[in-house]
Amino acid sequence: MAVSQLVGARVQRREDPRLITGHGHYTDDGEPRGCTALQVVRSPHPHALIRSLDTARAVAAPGVLRVLVGADFRAVLRGTMPVTPSFVADKRQVPERFPIADREVVYQGEPVAVVVALSRTAAADAAELVDVDYEPLQAVVDPDRALEADSARTHAGAPDNVCWDVTYTGGDVAAAFAEAEVVIRERIGQQRLAPTAMEPRVVIAEPDPYGGRLTIRLGSQNPHFIRLFVSQALGMAETQVRVVSRDVGGGFGCKISPYPEDYLVPAAARLLGRPVRWVETRSEAMVGTSHGRGQVYDVEVAAKRDGTLLGMRLTQILDVGAYCGTFGAFQAVAVYMAPGAYRWRGVEGRTVGVLTNKVPTDPYRGAGRPEGTHLVERMVDRLAGELGMDPAEVRRRNFAEAFPFTNPFGLVYDSGDYGRTLARALDLVDYPALRHRQAALRLQGRYLGIGLSTYVEICGLGPSAATAAATGGIALVEGAQVRVFPTGSVAVYVGTHAQGQGHDTTFAQIAAATLGIPIEQVELHHGDTDEGTGFGYGTYGSRSLSVGGMAIRGATIKVVEKARRLAAHLLEADEADVIFEGGRFAVRGSPAASRSFAEVALAAYGPDLPHGMEQGLEAVHYFDPANFVWPFGAHVCVAEVDAETGQVTIDRYVAVDDCGTVVNPMIVDGQIQGGIAQGIAQALFEEVVYDPDSGQLRTGTLLDYLVPTMSELPVPELSRTVTPSPINALGVKGVGEAGTIAASAAVINAVSDALQPFGIRHVDMPASPDRLWRLIQEARRP
Amino acid sequence: MGERVTMTINGMSHEDEVEPRTLLVHHLRETVGLTGTHVGCDTSQCGACTVLLDGDAVKSCTVLAVQADGAAITTIEGMARGDELHPLQQAFWDEHGLQCGYCTPGFIMTAAKLLSDNPNPTDDEIKIGLEGNLCRCTGYVNILKAVRTASRRMLSGSTAASASARSSE
Repeated sequence: MAVSQLVGARVQRREDPRLITGHGHYTDDGEPRGCTALQVVRSPHPHALIRSLDTARAVAAPGVLRVLVGADFRAVLRGTMPVTPSFVADKRQVPERFPIADREVVYQGEPVAVVVALSRTAAADAAELVDVDYEPLQAVVDPDRALEADSARTHAGAPDNVCWDVTYTGGDVAAAFAEAEVVIRERIGQQRLAPTAMEPRVVIAEPDPYGGRLTIRLGSQNPHFIRLFVSQALGMAETQVRVVSRDVGGGFGCKISPYPEDYLVPAAARLLGRPVRWVETRSEAMVGTSHGRGQVYDVEVAAKRDGTLLGMRLTQILDVGAYCGTFGAFQAVAVYMAPGAYRWRGVEGRTVGVLTNKVPTDPYRGAGRPEGTHLVERMVDRLAGELGMDPAEVRRRNFAEAFPFTNPFGLVYDSGDYGRTLARALDLVDYPALRHRQAALRLQGRYLGIGLSTYVEICGLGPSAATAAATGGIALVEGAQVRVFPTGSVAVYVGTHAQGQGHDTTFAQIAAATLGIPIEQVELHHGDTDEGTGFGYGTYGSRSLSVGGMAIRGATIKVVEKARRLAAHLLEADEADVIFEGGRFAVRGSPAASRSFAEVALAAYGPDLPHGMEQGLEAVHYFDPANFVWPFGAHVCVAEVDAETGQVTIDRYVAVDDCGTVVNPMIVDGQIQGGIAQGIAQALFEEVVYDPDSGQLRTGTLLDYLVPTMSELPVPELSRTVTPSPINALGVKGVGEAGTIAASAAVINAVSDALQPFGIRHVDMPASPDRLWRLIQEARRP
Repeated sequence: MGERVTMTINGMSHEDEVEPRTLLVHHLRETVGLTGTHVGCDTSQCGACTVLLDGDAVKSCTVLAVQADGAAITTIEGMARGDELHPLQQAFWDEHGLQCGYCTPGFIMTAAKLLSDNPNPTDDEIKIGLEGNLCRCTGYVNILKAVRTASRRMLSGSTAASASARSSE
């Protein structure tokens, strides 16, 4: 394929040959010589005091090298685990989190000891011999109950369970409600979810006596942040710690923040002076890896009778868990995105972070945007029902139209055409015919629902001014390095990392297109902090392409510009007359005089350079975007509810998405498909359940936690529009989370629409058969 | 303490000493060094560890290594012939049937058994055949496509021989 056509081409993925043949390199696929095994002893109680902890029997067990407890780690680990401001700078209380508990345990699964042994089985056996005497305390489980004055405390002795309580106001909310002709209210839940990346977490730490360095291998979305946090805790210079993450079996947000094991395993390796490996089981993941969502909203919307939206007031009660996740407050972005794709006079959002005796919540695919979208899309449908209007019409009447568009909270949507994606989606389902069919089926006692979701999302973190405040200092820009070797082969290094998104391919397409060389000549490197720029900012918030891709493009352009100066020198032409096309530098008007990119690369390492030019052909570029980017789209779900069983069957799912310029349509479609699946999974199947009294996790395995299989999910029909972002030269936005952000609202709107004849106005998630059956039974009761 | 087990893995005979409680998947990964077979859960839901055992697709986390004594095992590493990919591998690549790739070996092995029993499955038969495997990335859309494509190509004989033929060697 012509190099000039690389951006926009369906290039097959370069990472696949190793993955389909079993030669991928996930963290647990390689172990250093003499590697030992670490097993974590975890609290079985959600809340308890440790009366005593006796390791003697474990120490004496066969194959055991060391048993380490809190005091051992306190001697070698400094400080506490990090909590960033994210979207709530002003937190009331942030409980200090040390990677291992030594006095009070505050969630089921919290580490209390570790066993290091010669083999995994020896470590597992010995872990059962660690005797811990617990004094169980009342667990705080329900966030609403946790806010009552007489509630038990998540941390004994704490003044209350409030982590934060902040209200953000945008526009004139009082005037909006004063003008209202109709006000509707709802309570909308967002159940806790387990991200469930198929590869559980694994940490391998290896001290290197040569230079006193330490290598940490783990599956991560942002290896450089892990290096930063863990090196500081260990009292080591960042230069002394190398974090390596190769193939990662899914992230979805749960591999962003540092975990206790990310500290305990390296610390144990240093204490023993040997390589140490820890491999998470799925059961450990369910209790110990971060959850997402876990929120409930009280919302009221003011509108006119003609469907004009005026104002919204909402309260987000967010189940923070026992500690504030490193990026846990990112989920408060739901408030900022609650206005959605619409014009409002004013929106007021209160976010309350509540401490409970559960594993912390942290970003999970969408992280606050699915919640904000679900909220506003549900309320628009509720309003349509209240007014007897078509939900599509209410949307059209209120869409933001002039771009850039400033939402009530001052966020500036870069570009969009919301009416166009909605019109396309309605066309694809033949909306009028579908409404007729719905009416006809209702006469037969069949309940078909049509659900719309016209989402807009914020992604591409982000502009330095906004993001440095959110992390507490580090701006979430991105760095890339491009190095051209004498033969013209090109190595590209970028600070993002992939967990299945196909960066090896997409990023190589961008670099090769910019350099005008075949993609085979470009090799992409990421996930190893010893390579590339001094810092990398990672992959989350659908940022990799719009920030990392632009960093690659910038570094590549710098290389081309140096090569052009050198080519002009070699061609004895004026630099302004040298054009770069199809991988060759040529003199304008005399195409015979030209040099290939590889020839210029070789010359860059030779003696004949223009005056003042140094040898070499490489460049670093950091890209700081001027704004976030704002993908959008319209999804339509058509679903039927069996009134006798409560079973939902998705008839059709149509998605029209706009993520700006598309670099690789195959990968973009794959991201949308997978995103929709996770949104449907939340809408219909998945829920982390804790026993309301004891606080014990009831969904501790994949037997109880219902990740949908192939039989449960529809094949969505995809279409797209392309509205390039004006924020970056590629015109790209983001696509990794869009499907998830849109889908839960589309499905629940369809289910609620189906149940309208029963007078049911709202259905919470998951819309499982038992939940719907109960709702229908209640509605039928005279 | 160890038991001696002998199995033919991807056509090669392996004789090793294993602890009686060792799971086949751990034996394959840790002792034999074939790390393409993955572990995604501990309750036999995810199917990432699926291999062919005497031609049957089994979750190798539910089989003890000692139970596989004398068996012929095919893992993902045994599916290609040199540079020639198995039609299922090729189809997963062509149809973008994988993202993170962690579940992929299990899907390919389960699909190999499905197609050896039923070379021309309907979509519903594919879905039922693969519902013991979980994927978190793809929404299964392109996995379904990949199995369809592989089935079509294998029926028309346009690519390599079927997995069942391979595993019976």
